[in-house]
Amino acid sequence: MKLSFEKSKNGRSFPVLPSLDVPKKDLPGSLLRKSAPRLPQMAQPDISRHYTELAKRTHGVNDGFYPLGSCTMKYNPKLNDEMAALPGFTGVHPLQAPETAQGCLEVLFMAERLLCEITGMDAMTFQPAAGAHGEFTGVLLIKAWHDSRRDSNRVKIIVPDSAHGTNPATASMTGYEVINVPSDQEGGVDLAELRRAVGDDTAGLMLTNPNTLGIFDKNILEITRIVHEAGGLNYYDGANLNAIMGVARPGDMGFDVVHLNLHKTFSTPHGGGGPGSGAVGCKSQLEPFLPKPRVVRGKDGFSFATPERSIGNVKAFYGNFLVTLRALVYMLTLGANGLRDAALNAVLNANYMMKGLSDIYDVAYPGICMHEFVLTLENLKKECGVSAMDVAKSMLDYGMHPPTMYFPLIVKEALMIEPTETESRETLDEAIAVLREIRAQARIAPDSLHSAPRHTVVRRPDEVGAARHPVLKYNFDGVGD
Amino acid sequence: MNFPSELSYSKTHEWVQDLGGRTARIGITDYAQHELGDLVFVNLPEIGDEAAKGERIADVESVKAVSDLVSPLTGVVKAVNKEVADNPELMNSDPYGAWLVEIGDISDHEELLGAEDYETFCEEEG
Repeated sequence: MKLSFEKSKNGRSFPVLPSLDVPKKDLPGSLLRKSAPRLPQMAQPDISRHYTELAKRTHGVNDGFYPLGSCTMKYNPKLNDEMAALPGFTGVHPLQAPETAQGCLEVLFMAERLLCEITGMDAMTFQPAAGAHGEFTGVLLIKAWHDSRRDSNRVKIIVPDSAHGTNPATASMTGYEVINVPSDQEGGVDLAELRRAVGDDTAGLMLTNPNTLGIFDKNILEITRIVHEAGGLNYYDGANLNAIMGVARPGDMGFDVVHLNLHKTFSTPHGGGGPGSGAVGCKSQLEPFLPKPRVVRGKDGFSFATPERSIGNVKAFYGNFLVTLRALVYMLTLGANGLRDAALNAVLNANYMMKGLSDIYDVAYPGICMHEFVLTLENLKKECGVSAMDVAKSMLDYGMHPPTMYFPLIVKEALMIEPTETESRETLDEAIAVLREIRAQARIAPDSLHSAPRHTVVRRPDEVGAARHPVLKYNFDGVGD
Repeated sequence: MNFPSELSYSKTHEWVQDLGGRTARIGITDYAQHELGDLVFVNLPEIGDEAAKGERIADVESVKAVSDLVSPLTGVVKAVNKEVADNPELMNSDPYGAWLVEIGDISDHEELLGAEDYETFCEEEG
């Protein structure tokens, strides 16, 4: 399809802005552009069709099954959006006086209380815009806490080898040295290695539980105790909270700070459909360091306050407010029992799918999984030359989004499947049947899988070429860069 | 898979070419490039950086993941191969020609394997 730049015709447009009803004020000449930006010029019907055409090429949760492991692509109830579209919420401005936006402040306050209860934390900020931003904020809190105690020799953050790549990246961005600890035979943290890794230079540990193998680390209390005894703090990456929401709490496992992906676990849109929210919760000893401002309740209602030793702002204002609102709507709709049921069903669905595939695919760490499981296609690749990439791409031809591929890094030819609780048994059965059929195809016609997908608008993009020679801007004057 | 006999090898899949005068070049082995898949980026050290055996000296990125290049040698970085930085695909097409780092003033090294032993080691790993 053509780009909007290619559809552009000089002088074509449609009115977007209302006519000016306030006095016109000119900008100083030094602030003005020398030439107009080369934006596409299109009529409304053309631009409407352009975006509809683009939308038809995507695959979202509203299109079909989306078992992208560790991403929790659950269905987002439409009620969330209806509430977020109420004019009382969309018409507010972050600079208006707090006493004129009490309802909005109450939303933030309520969401904080409920999420603190779910995570076992004492306080929370909604400023971070996404998961990795939340991690960064959380590790800054850990750093501020050590600094406040003049404990400045703590320069290392421990991260297990099954961690999300954002964990070591976060620790590194915050100025820490990353220490990797290997997993044991069962896929959990190797306790002996952890004991060797901790010391008086340990600032903290970053951990996801259940981890990226879909395994709940049964030694979690021992793990957090080892880190605490060494003088470090424990950071919980909330990416996989969907498995334990309403069942177990990071705060009770010994964690001091957590981030939540509201856009995963609490059913608000992801990625391009976002924006996201990486809310960060902490225990009371870290509360004075939280970003400013925070919502507090006094006798005259809700207002903003700055924590006494705040690390400052990590984003403008209060974060992505309407995302927090959607998460609140989700929690209030489901209630305490409903949230617990969601987690239980997420785990049930993952085990159901794993069981339906385990006779023909190798499960990386067999046993009962949590909300996701990892297949290893190493043997399949050796046997018929069909890779995890081939299987994943083949799923597209059946109208399903592929699982996460080649992650976690410690599993060869990995496919990481997370069905989520919102999929029906029929959908799970269909997905199992598709993966079984692809497995059969791999044996009899492996070549057909190398060239999959065949029925999608975009077939197999040249990912290697794109990474080696990325083209990042539109060239107005011809081909090439 | 190719295991040139004139090179030495580390268990973390780097090759070492002794240039004499306590200087050597290192790169990633054919086995390593095969396991990593198509390489799209390499992050090289600066000339003058210290290299320490068993420590990260550079990293390479494939479409799947970023992996550390572990220095088998202790010494000082004397040169880096800018041609590979501009054309990371050379690590796939010619892994033993695509040296990455030249280390001089070598004072220590990890236990290195000969070609035959390294080949056996790779077979056991695979």
